Amino acid sequence: MDFEPSELAETIEKNGEGASLISVLEEIQARYRYLPQAAMVLVSERFGVPLSQVYSVATFYHSFSLTPRGKHTISVCTGTACHVRGAVQVLNRLETTLGVQPNETTLDRQFTLQTVNCLGCCALGPVVVLDSEYEGQVTTRKVDKLLKRAMRQAGGDQ
Amino acid sequence: MIELRSPQALADYRQRLRVAADPQQRRIRVCDGTGCRALGSRKVLACLQETLREAGLADEIEVIPTGCPGFCELGPLITIDPEGIAYNKVSVDDVPAIVAKTITKGEIIDGLVFVDPVTEQIIIHDNELPFYTKQMRRVLELNGEIDPTNFEDYIAHSGYDALSKALWEMTPEQVIEEVDQSGLRGRGGAGFPTGLKWRFCRESPGDVKYIICNADEGDPGAFMDRSILEGNPHSVVEGTIVGAYAMNATQGYVYIRNEYPLAVQNLTIALKQAREHGLLGRDILGSGFDFDINIRIGSGAFVCGEETALMASIEGRIGEPQPRPPYPAQSGLWGKPTNINNVKTWANIPLVIRKGSDWFASVGTDKSKGTMIFSLVGKIRNTGLVEVPMGISLGELIYDIGGGIPGGKEFKAAQIGGPSGGCIPKEHLDVTIDYESLIELGAIMGSGGLVVADEDTCMVDLARYFLNFTQEESCGKCVPCRIGTRAMLETLERICAGRGREGDIEYLIEIGQEVKRSSLCALGGTAPNPVLTTIRYFRDEYEAHIYDKRCPAKVCKGLITYEIITELCTGCTICARNCPVSAISGEKGQPHVIDPESCTRCGVCRSLCNFDAIAVH
Repeated sequence: MDFEPSELAETIEKNGEGASLISVLEEIQARYRYLPQAAMVLVSERFGVPLSQVYSVATFYHSFSLTPRGKHTISVCTGTACHVRGAVQVLNRLETTLGVQPNETTLDRQFTLQTVNCLGCCALGPVVVLDSEYEGQVTTRKVDKLLKRAMRQAGGDQ
Repeated sequence: MIELRSPQALADYRQRLRVAADPQQRRIRVCDGTGCRALGSRKVLACLQETLREAGLADEIEVIPTGCPGFCELGPLITIDPEGIAYNKVSVDDVPAIVAKTITKGEIIDGLVFVDPVTEQIIIHDNELPFYTKQMRRVLELNGEIDPTNFEDYIAHSGYDALSKALWEMTPEQVIEEVDQSGLRGRGGAGFPTGLKWRFCRESPGDVKYIICNADEGDPGAFMDRSILEGNPHSVVEGTIVGAYAMNATQGYVYIRNEYPLAVQNLTIALKQAREHGLLGRDILGSGFDFDINIRIGSGAFVCGEETALMASIEGRIGEPQPRPPYPAQSGLWGKPTNINNVKTWANIPLVIRKGSDWFASVGTDKSKGTMIFSLVGKIRNTGLVEVPMGISLGELIYDIGGGIPGGKEFKAAQIGGPSGGCIPKEHLDVTIDYESLIELGAIMGSGGLVVADEDTCMVDLARYFLNFTQEESCGKCVPCRIGTRAMLETLERICAGRGREGDIEYLIEIGQEVKRSSLCALGGTAPNPVLTTIRYFRDEYEAHIYDKRCPAKVCKGLITYEIITELCTGCTICARNCPVSAISGEKGQPHVIDPESCTRCGVCRSLCNFDAIAVH
């Protein structure tokens, strides 16, 4: 999706007076799956803050990305409970199958692989989340199945 | 919509709801927390509703989505009232039988009830499960009982009674006095007396004051704040309003992680309901007191759990901590006096006010009163969320409630307090759990994450894991934390890779103590704890890594090799086909071999082998 300046004005408008810089950036991130440079420049102008400050916020928090992310996000929980139950193996498997490292996106822009510190469902570790669908007690085998299903769905979307 | 503009209106409303409720009503409670959802509870819920509709029972039998009752290990959980029949690991396939047998005829289905793994005793009712009977559920009492999105449910269970009492029967000073008397201490980790903190804020000069609920639960392995906000959000809202009245604040914020979408959703609903009923906003309960609460979503930075960083983040800046003093009570959000407390602290407030400080302080130890919520995770049989009285022993928590270690393995250590905490070894299983005793052993209460390690957990690797976490999450503002944690991490990585040197342990201790002493905020101030406590109790494991080049738990990749056991290998080729670096060779039907040179020790082969033919040395 291409960046559309008029939509940004709407977003800022909607957040009202005294809108928080972070919440506006969050909305942009949610809409375009990254923060386009042009959007950050506009935000800086509208908020009257230096671009350097917008950039510092955008690079400080994990949920922002300066490069386009995939259509689907696969998050591997690497919280302590998942770690001691084998999250590393699960992550390894995803890295090899998708051919990307964490925080990278597949060439076809379908999948972004990421790790997350803890999703708070430690009882079910290791946990993998595909977009908003949680999968608990994940094994190498389960990962393969999950990916197959995701790829089929991604294929269907196109 | 009923607007509640007097204590009497609230009391009448509650009375009507209670009269209308039938205790013998047949209803099915389905856990709708994130944990059970991950295991498929939403499908079970939908299927139950559909099956009841088909059977013509939809009008008679309620299906209620509830918050998490805590026994995540056995999810999806459902409970059938009025008997309280607890079924676990319920799948969609079980639903027709549940409706046909249990709902219609009252018959118990054998395969779905709990069987005690030790005594093999069958336990049918939820209030008899050993996991619950040894707990003392106060804050979590309504989790799993009520529908968190149903306002009437909370009201019927004495909801907002404490607020009514505080606003109409107590002065702000009396509220603070009651909280002070209860001995409640901050449940976010540091354990600062809550009443005292409130008094500082109240007495701080200024006409604008803020209240913050810290729900940025970043400790990996802790999920109680999430569970409370998902399962009983009104308790947090009520506690916060009481606090605002006591400190004369007009605006509150709940700062919550973006990794917790369901908690955000349920809290948003609760705030809307409270506002619509006149319990939030202008002229609360007709008392003339105005206060409102907004939600701020965190953007994924662990350091924002630190209060000064959190406030910077609410203000729209990067989450860098500030030196204290000034404390938030003097100069906090936008330079105004601010009070900040953890979700669990706020959720305790309605209980303290409604039932009184004596009731609250009737359990616990001399200096740690009330209950504490722990998330039991890792190598433990009954994973889940538990609430226990302060002063319980670690052993009771792990064995009596947690059910011990699965797979016949041996307990090695409990890691308490997440990346800021430390580990407690077997020798100290009898330690009582309270703020002071844990600090004495080098750990901290923290937010209550308790990760159990067994003989297969490498303590050096665990320390490396935590340091990797804190190093990545260090905001980079102060030198000791930014560089000190990196130096420690590099040393630990070297040790785990088999390149440890003499003097490494002493170096880790020296630098760790310095980082603790000189870091700006608690992130750096506690980051070395996991390393220092593992050295204190498991120095032999460090020595085995450094001097014998051996990882006793067979975890550290640089110190292990994978090998195929020829006698067990059937030559099915699954390992060879899946090895990411093609390090496995062999003919179909013949035993395979791993080339140790190209093997990266990723463990995929071992996880896929159907014949346990792959050994680790």
